[in-house]
Amino acid sequence: MTYEQPTKQGQFGVYGGQYVPETLMEAVNELEQAYEEAKNDDAFNKELNHLLSTFVGRSTPLYFAKNLTEKVGGAKIYLKREDLNHTGAHKINNTTGQALLAAKMGKRKVVAETGAGQHGVATATVCSLLDLECVIFMGAEDMRRQKLNVFRMELLGAKVIGVEQGTATLKDAVNEALRYWVSNIEDTHYIMGSVLGPHPFPVMVRDFQSVIGTETKEQHIELEGSLPDAVVACVGGGSNAMGMFYPFINDTDVKLYGVEAAGDGIETKQHAATLTKGTAGVLHGSMMYVLQDAFGQIQGAHSISAGLDYPGVGPEHSYLKDIERVTYRAVTNEEALDAFQQLAKLEGIIPALESSHAVVEAMKIAETMEEEQSLVICLSGRGDKDVETVRDHLKKEE
Amino acid sequence: MPTVHTHGKEYLDTIFHNHLKQNKKLFVPYIMAGDGGMDQFIENLQFLDQAGASAIEVGIPFSDPVADGPTIQEAGKRALEDNVTLPAILAIIKEHRSTIQAPIIFMSYLNPILQYGLDIFMKDAKDAGIDGFIIPDLPFEQQSLIQPHLDENELALIQIVSLTSSTQRLQTIAEASQGFLYAVTVNGITGSRDTFESTLEQHFAQLKKYSNVPVLAGFGISTPEHVKQLSQYADGTVVGSKIIELLQTKDFQSIKELIQAKGEV
Repeated sequence: MTYEQPTKQGQFGVYGGQYVPETLMEAVNELEQAYEEAKNDDAFNKELNHLLSTFVGRSTPLYFAKNLTEKVGGAKIYLKREDLNHTGAHKINNTTGQALLAAKMGKRKVVAETGAGQHGVATATVCSLLDLECVIFMGAEDMRRQKLNVFRMELLGAKVIGVEQGTATLKDAVNEALRYWVSNIEDTHYIMGSVLGPHPFPVMVRDFQSVIGTETKEQHIELEGSLPDAVVACVGGGSNAMGMFYPFINDTDVKLYGVEAAGDGIETKQHAATLTKGTAGVLHGSMMYVLQDAFGQIQGAHSISAGLDYPGVGPEHSYLKDIERVTYRAVTNEEALDAFQQLAKLEGIIPALESSHAVVEAMKIAETMEEEQSLVICLSGRGDKDVETVRDHLKKEE
Repeated sequence: MPTVHTHGKEYLDTIFHNHLKQNKKLFVPYIMAGDGGMDQFIENLQFLDQAGASAIEVGIPFSDPVADGPTIQEAGKRALEDNVTLPAILAIIKEHRSTIQAPIIFMSYLNPILQYGLDIFMKDAKDAGIDGFIIPDLPFEQQSLIQPHLDENELALIQIVSLTSSTQRLQTIAEASQGFLYAVTVNGITGSRDTFESTLEQHFAQLKKYSNVPVLAGFGISTPEHVKQLSQYADGTVVGSKIIELLQTKDFQSIKELIQAKGEV
């Protein structure tokens, strides 16, 4: 059976939907219509593809990690090098698409949330290019952790606003960005950074990120003459994973693995393993798995990687878990730190801490596979932003 | 003998109808359940009832209240830090319901009631004497999720319309509203404002034409002048953030002045 999600109402099974204040309804409906038009508009797609190749630097390589493969001893391991994109992560695939759409809709102002700062930087970058006004909300706690990214966004002309409310992290930055959007609805577009939020954001972000999986498919066929046997990606909100998985959804021989952050361990309270430990709930406009208490209050998430530090996960991932098309697992901070260093030493690539989670699980899976099989890791971003965090952590251990 | 009421949609309709029949405008204050402690919460309900509130909107604390400004966010946070829960709120209202005449409307985000279980929750709410609901993150299109449970218990679902809603949308939503129609008067979140758009009068005239129930103005209303101005256009007003601030400083006189400003039809 061919996979056709979401429904016209933006539901992936019971997940997704549009659980937003009435003031936003016209805006999300307008966005849905504009996106439907743009999707089938040759001029829009031509412009997007032009920017993706000349500004973002696509296509990104599918790289055979020979040393890592030898070390693990099992399936061939390929890395889809999203870390080589302009601004250093997959985030810009989506911000380029959405900023073009905003301009097409005549909205000259953009608001966005950011956790680690990667989505904020990618948004500020494209806004600078397209001459859009840009406001970024960022948790005050995250601003302290990611000072350089704050400066980077400001250099690009964005206004960064610290969020002290709640846990002062990504979840609260989304709340504030939504409140800002409600208050500036007439002339502002919200560039959601992941496959989250009310319809059409989850499907639109997935589609803009699908270039990852589409390229991977073509490149793998060219290199190996067939599709990979397994694909592994990290999952916070889930945008790089959705972009990687979606083009493979109907290729049921290809096993798909999503890797969440187990933080200090899923048996502790310090984790962000939403699909592993969460339950269905409504947050930020969408029904999805969330971390919550018995009374429906959303709980804080924890991961060493700020990009995975979110107590919800995209509605489509929630659905893919339930129908068992994707297998979701969780790996700890310690494991991720170890993989971070291994990839640096073995391959000369410093991965983002987020992507390091995928590397951990991929090594475990590859080991159980045959030598003639192959596995692709979505290396969603580079680790420059994490070097300080890792250094501090290693110092503490000494 | 105290009068025994069956709470729900009909009670809300009757009370509002009686007010309007006596040429009184409606005034609905909003308070956060459990802010300042559970005893204080009941005292506040009793005070507002005595002071002439037409109905009282009770906010259920939620960790991520995206439709609310700083005042209500902080009030909810205080309540959550005090471990106020939905079952506890229902229990204490049930205990004291007979001492409060005004209809009680819950204003809750969807997730707390979803986790309680929609069917059990509506039964328990009915049992506690709740008359209706406002669910700010449940737009019209998603309401089939909850409507059967409300209907079964004859509870009102109050619809919200905004300044951004298209004419067609305004009409559809206004026609469906029960209890009253909540018309948001600003593009934005809850909290005090200085001024309102000049086109509001027209907006309300249109809404009153579509709606079968009273139309109340809410968001940003914080002074007796605002109450007076908007009560001319609408059937009444909802005041939230300002009431919370005044209750915190125990400025009961100013609350009475706000209520009195509603004036006559």
